Amino acid sequence: MAVVETRNLTKVFKEGQLGAVNNVNFQTREGEFLVFLGPSGSGKTTLLRMIAGLEMPTSGDILIGGQVVNNLSPRERRIAMVFQSYALYPHLSVYKNIAFPLKAQKVPKDQHRKKVEWAAGLLGIGALLERKPRELSGGERQRVALARAIVREPAVFLLDEPLSNLDAKLRASAREELERFHRSVGTTSIYVTHDQIEAMAMGDRILVLNKGVVHQLGTPTDVYDNPADTFVATFLGSPPMNLAELSDVIVGFRPEHFLPSVDLTGETVPLRFKVENTEYLGSEWIVSGTLVGGKLDSKKVVSRLTAAQHLQLDSVYDFGVSTRTLKFFDRASRKQIAPKGVTWQ
Amino acid sequence: MPLKFSHRLFGKLVRGAVLAVFTTLLAFPFYWMLITSFKQNVDLYTMENNPFLFNAKPTLDHLKFLFTETRFVRWLGNTVFVGVIVVAITLVLAVPAAYALARLAGRWGERLGIAIFLTYLVPPTLLFIPLSRVIAFFRLQDSLWALILVYPTFTVPFSIWLLMGFFKSIPCELEDAAMVDGLTRFGAFLKLMIPISISGILTVVIFTFTLVTQEFVYALTFISSESNQMIGTGIPIFLVRGDVYYWGALMAACLVASLPVAFLYNLFLDRFIAGFTVGAVK
Amino acid sequence: MAVASARIKSVASAQSPFLSTLMFAPAALYILLLVGGPFLLAIFYAFSDARIGNTELHFVGLENFRSILQSPSFRLAIRNSFIFTIGSQIVVIVGANILAIALENAFRGRGLVRFLILLPWVAPISLGAIGWKWLLDSIYSVISWVLVALHFYKPFNAPMWLGEPRLAIASVLLVHSWRIIPFSTVILLAGRTAIPKDIPEAAAVDGAGFWRTQLQIVIPMMRPILSVAVLFGLIFTFTDMTVVYILTAGGPFDSTQTLPSLAFALGIQGSDLAAGAAISLFLVPLLVVLAYFMLRVARRSEVN
Repeated sequence: MAVVETRNLTKVFKEGQLGAVNNVNFQTREGEFLVFLGPSGSGKTTLLRMIAGLEMPTSGDILIGGQVVNNLSPRERRIAMVFQSYALYPHLSVYKNIAFPLKAQKVPKDQHRKKVEWAAGLLGIGALLERKPRELSGGERQRVALARAIVREPAVFLLDEPLSNLDAKLRASAREELERFHRSVGTTSIYVTHDQIEAMAMGDRILVLNKGVVHQLGTPTDVYDNPADTFVATFLGSPPMNLAELSDVIVGFRPEHFLPSVDLTGETVPLRFKVENTEYLGSEWIVSGTLVGGKLDSKKVVSRLTAAQHLQLDSVYDFGVSTRTLKFFDRASRKQIAPKGVTWQ
Repeated sequence: MPLKFSHRLFGKLVRGAVLAVFTTLLAFPFYWMLITSFKQNVDLYTMENNPFLFNAKPTLDHLKFLFTETRFVRWLGNTVFVGVIVVAITLVLAVPAAYALARLAGRWGERLGIAIFLTYLVPPTLLFIPLSRVIAFFRLQDSLWALILVYPTFTVPFSIWLLMGFFKSIPCELEDAAMVDGLTRFGAFLKLMIPISISGILTVVIFTFTLVTQEFVYALTFISSESNQMIGTGIPIFLVRGDVYYWGALMAACLVASLPVAFLYNLFLDRFIAGFTVGAVK
Repeated sequence: MAVASARIKSVASAQSPFLSTLMFAPAALYILLLVGGPFLLAIFYAFSDARIGNTELHFVGLENFRSILQSPSFRLAIRNSFIFTIGSQIVVIVGANILAIALENAFRGRGLVRFLILLPWVAPISLGAIGWKWLLDSIYSVISWVLVALHFYKPFNAPMWLGEPRLAIASVLLVHSWRIIPFSTVILLAGRTAIPKDIPEAAAVDGAGFWRTQLQIVIPMMRPILSVAVLFGLIFTFTDMTVVYILTAGGPFDSTQTLPSLAFALGIQGSDLAAGAAISLFLVPLLVVLAYFMLRVARRSEVN
């Protein structure tokens, strides 16, 4: 178990262009499950690969367990990696797949069986040891990949979107297995994903990235309830936060906080809302439309409600937002600022 | 894959050395052909001279000799003549056959495809003796038409194979759409598949032509007179008078005959590999 | 790839026996007549006393085979065929794999290198062979010149590369390998690029160094492609008569004669069609074995 740290880490692929990773600084905590979250092209995979030793940084340092590892090959960094495709060796049995890292590190042969069986036992795949990867289901392959990773008892786990190749139904159970696995072994893990639901569900903390730059590092509560800037605010949460420009600030409120006035208490901002589309998802309604009147006339907004059968298309209703739930962002820098008084009319 | 900087540098050096050694070993004979073509005979046949240097001025004599006093140009013409007609025959036979096997024949298509492939394994060095009698029977001995008749036996199987793989990679939905739009099955083949497959067909053309230029056994067996020779047989046999090898002209001829084929081949290399590895590469 | 679309019952994949037969028949007929027919004729000749120029033809049973099997040049031919085929293939496997590894990653000038490397395979066989004949000439060989200059041999004492039996065998083996290495390299390269990039990366993370990754992971994964390259290489070498014909014409004293070149020498040059046919039939057993393995490779990759 170790702490992973980067200092001013930068990776430029093409000279003169913006780097894939730009001056990233962060530090994991011991044993935490840290998620790199961002859209495609945000640099999260490049960042992970640099930590693994599969890409060389252009500048900056990577430290594992307090030691600068820039010049160490992957095998010397005591890390294990689970790839998006799992990268199981197709010509080897499950047993030989799991044993391969031991063989490569020249662990004496008589210890192989014990360690492989221990890793397989941890993941419940003891019965599959003689099979070949092509005979396994998606979930089973993930478990083999994890067993192969854990057998070397690494200091850090790196996982590159391992759930994205599974179909939706399987993804939920595989995600749960990963969480349970992490709780039982407790190794520091870094997990890359573009799916914000996965990030919120699994992460102890989330590192939000866009265009190679860190926007925020915080717990799920931090990034959701206290987004550092408009990017984080709109990337987390689905449907995304409603943003509107008012005088010199940007105001934001989440769809679940944009409700009919009758359901709100305390200090609220009243907003007239013309309903243009309703979607019934079973557990909730997504209602989209435009604001009517005031400074934000014709602004498109979205609301999430548990009951909306009574709402008619093209009708205008009294909605509102509780002032406690408003977020304010500086118009120029897009960063969050303290609440300001603004006029809505 | 990144390693320590010193490792990577070492790796690059080793790779460079490996490439240098192999490239030299493989390409050197052609380089030597080039040098020899331009060296005066006096230079070539004087033992004391350093063969790596031009000890006398480079000369165009061998090329002149080759083009004016031998039948080299005629052999080139013969080869092109045979090549063009064999390409035409191959296309007419192989393109529909490959389409039939790829699309229309279902399970049988696979089996027939394999049967075709197996005929490619029957070598000329087995068939040339009976074929020489067949050729004699048709009074085609010493005629280029003998080669034109026989060459498709190996160009057609190879081309069917190449094209089968190519046709299979075109999604069925395209023909579905065409037939929904009113084309017949054969109409879809002519108006849709063939235009789309131009690059595959072009590949077949190139490789059939190169197979024709490379062939030796049949050309040696069926053709006897000097003026009817193909490139592959005329050069090694008729640029030798008695026991005397006209090395300068010989090497020039080899180079002139090999290089155009090499250029064409390289352009279509990827398709060629696909033809051989269809099925083996997942 | 197209497998999924082929499974869907679509109009396009519906069978159409009449049209398919019509489109396939010309090619099938052509091959049947000009390959199948002569093949049977070869068998017929092998059991007869056919000679060029003779109008009569008699059945002689196994006589041809008996006299061939007793002939020392035939035994030499069989021996040489196997030496050249298997020997060159070993050189090719090692060489082509090394070369494929070196060519795997892009670098400046890779296109040019690929062009140069392909020349032995692309050039007509006879012309490449004749180029080597010049390089190995008993008097003017540049190789000899270099060796003499390096004082390995006294002047005028360089070996007769094509004139001394054991050297001649080595020379023929060399030229066969030289010709086939480009072919195999190019096929192996295709196989290597088909391997997903994250497999060697996973091996690196697992702790495998360069050679372990190549020998235990990458090359075993290439087994189908390796098989294809080897099988074709064996066929091309085993059935070739051109290299021997040009370099040594089977000499010195039949020491480099192979089955195909012997069949040519006796059947065409010696006008003894029956003997030539009988000898060339000895190619069939090995070809059948090779064909069997080819089919196995093809079937296995379909299953996957």
